[in-house]
Amino acid sequence: MPGMDWEAIRLSLSLAALTTAALLLLGLPLAYWLAFSRWRWKFLVESVVAMPLVLPPTVLGFYLLMAMGPRSPLGRAWEGLFGHTLPFSFEGLLLASVLYSLPFMIQPLAAAFASVDRGLIEASWCLGESRLRTFLRVIAPLSWAGILTGVVLAFAHTLGEFGVVLMVGGNLPGRTRTVSIAIYDQVQAMEYGPAARTAALLLGVSFLVLAFTYALRRHQRKPWTLI
Amino acid sequence: MDAHLIADAERTYPDGTTIEARFEVPGPGFSVTVLFGPSGSGKTTILRLLAGLERVSRGTIRFGDAVWSDAGTHLHRPPQARDLGFLAQAYHLFPHLSVAANLGYGLAALSPQARSARVQELLDLLDLQGLEHRHPGELSGGQQQRVALGRALARKPRLLLLDEPLSALDRPSQLRLRKELRELLRKLDIPTVLVTHDRAEALQLGDRLVVLDRGRICQSGDIQQVFDRPTDPAVAAILGVETVVRGRIESIVDGMATLAVGTARLLAADPGGLGWEVFVCIRGEDVAVERGCGPGAESTARNRLPARILALHPEGPLVRLALDGGFPLEALVTRQACQDLGLAEGDQVCAVLKAAAVHLIPHD
Repeated sequence: MPGMDWEAIRLSLSLAALTTAALLLLGLPLAYWLAFSRWRWKFLVESVVAMPLVLPPTVLGFYLLMAMGPRSPLGRAWEGLFGHTLPFSFEGLLLASVLYSLPFMIQPLAAAFASVDRGLIEASWCLGESRLRTFLRVIAPLSWAGILTGVVLAFAHTLGEFGVVLMVGGNLPGRTRTVSIAIYDQVQAMEYGPAARTAALLLGVSFLVLAFTYALRRHQRKPWTLI
Repeated sequence: MDAHLIADAERTYPDGTTIEARFEVPGPGFSVTVLFGPSGSGKTTILRLLAGLERVSRGTIRFGDAVWSDAGTHLHRPPQARDLGFLAQAYHLFPHLSVAANLGYGLAALSPQARSARVQELLDLLDLQGLEHRHPGELSGGQQQRVALGRALARKPRLLLLDEPLSALDRPSQLRLRKELRELLRKLDIPTVLVTHDRAEALQLGDRLVVLDRGRICQSGDIQQVFDRPTDPAVAAILGVETVVRGRIESIVDGMATLAVGTARLLAADPGGLGWEVFVCIRGEDVAVERGCGPGAESTARNRLPARILALHPEGPLVRLALDGGFPLEALVTRQACQDLGLAEGDQVCAVLKAAAVHLIPHD
C-alpha cells in the first residue's frame, strides 16, 4: 500500500513481541508471588506494579530517561558493556515498554493464579509434587485464560504506546520510530491518506486480537473482565 | 499399644483460638482412629497439622522414627516429605485431568509402564473400570469419592488421612460405602485417621476414638469404651448419648446404686468412685417403651418408669420419643413398634431400661 510506513510497522510488531516475551518470563514468577505471598508489605509491590496504569506516560518516560542517562549507574554500565547509550535505542525502548506494560501482564496472571482452588494446590503437594511442579501441572493449566489475556493485553498495549516511546526513544526511523509515532508524523505533515491507512491497520489488529481472546474464553464460566 | 504416630502439639491462631492435637495412633498395620466432634471443634485442623499443611505452634508430631513437626527447633517437614495420603472433604480432583491422570498424578517418578500398571490396579481396586478417560465433572459423587481415594492411595502411603470421606454423598451411598470403606482400609493394612461428626459413621468405621470439643481433646481410647463410658458430660453430649441428667445417689447396696433423678428413682450399676452427685447418661437405643406399667413381669429390666410422651420425631426407620418420666428421657424405637402400639403425643406409657444401661459419671 502506498505511503504506509512498513518499517515502523515491522518495528512496532517486533517491539510488541519481544516486550510480551520478556513480560511473560518476568510476569509468571512475579504474579505467582503476588498471588500467594502473605508478606505484610505486599501491597506496596502491588502499588508499584500498578503505577503505569495511572501515571502519565511522560512522567514514566522522564524517570526512565533519567535512569538510563549516561550519568546514572545503569546508563554507564550499559554503555560500558555495549558501546552505545540506552536512550534513543531499540533496547532502551524495549526496557521502557516492559515497565510500561507490566500491569497489563501481571494483573490477569495474578488474578488467575489466585482463583485456582487452594485445595487443588494442597492436593498436589500431598501427592509429593514440589511447588514448582505444582505450578506447572496444576496452577498454570488452570490459569490458561488469564495467561492468554495477559499476553494479548501486553502485546496490544505495547503496539499502541506513544508517550513513553516519544520520551525514551525519540523518532529515529528503523530504530525507535513505531507505528503510533509514524501516524503522528503523517498527521503533522498533513498526509492524511497514509495516516488513515496506518490508523486503520492498528485498529484492525487490536480488534482482531481482542476478539480472538474473547472468543477463546467465551465458554469460561467466570465472566471476568480482561483486567 | 505400640504407638506409631504420636501427636503432642497445638496450633494457635492470631485470634487466640487454640487447637490441640494430643493423641496416638497405633501402627504400622491396619487401624482406624476417628476424630469426632461437632463442626468447629478443630478436627480438620488436626488433619492439616498431620499432613504438614499447617505448622504447629507448640509441641511435636512424630511418625515412626521420624520427627515431622517440632515447634521447638522450627522443624517442619513439608507435605511432600511425609509420604501420606490425604483425602479432603471436597475431594479436590484435578478438573483438567482425566480419571486415569488423576489417579497417576503422584506417580511421576515411575516409568510410564509402571505408572499405567498401578493406575489399572487402582481402577480395579475401586471398581472404576471404564471411567479412566472421563473427567471429574462427568462423574457421580460416589465415583468422585472413589477416584479421590484411589489417588490418595496411589503412592502406597504409610498413613492415610480422611476428612469426612462420605459427607458429600447422598444417604444411601454413605451407608453402602461405609461398609466398603472399612473393608478396603483393612485390606490396605495401613493406619488411618478419619474425621467425622456422624456418630454411626464413627462407630462403624473406627477402632479408636478421639473426642474433640472447641479445640480441646476431651477423651480418647478404644471406641466402645469411649462410647460406653464417657468421662464427662461434654463427651456424652458430643457422642449423642440422648439423655444426660443430674442425679443424686441415695444408696449403694451390693454394687447397685439407687438414684433420685428428677422425681423418679433409678437403679444403676455402681462404676465405683462415686460421690453423691452424678450425671446419668442413657442412650435412646437402651430405652424400651411398653403400654402398661404394672410390676415387672418376667423381665431382667430393673427400671420401669411411668412416663408421658411429649413428642415423636421420625428418623428414617426409627422414631425418637421425647418422654417425661420424672426427668426428660429419650427413647429410640422402630417406626413399626410405634405403629403397633399406636403411640401418640400425650400417651401414658412405661419406659423400661436395664440398670446396666444407666451410665453414671461422678459430678460432685
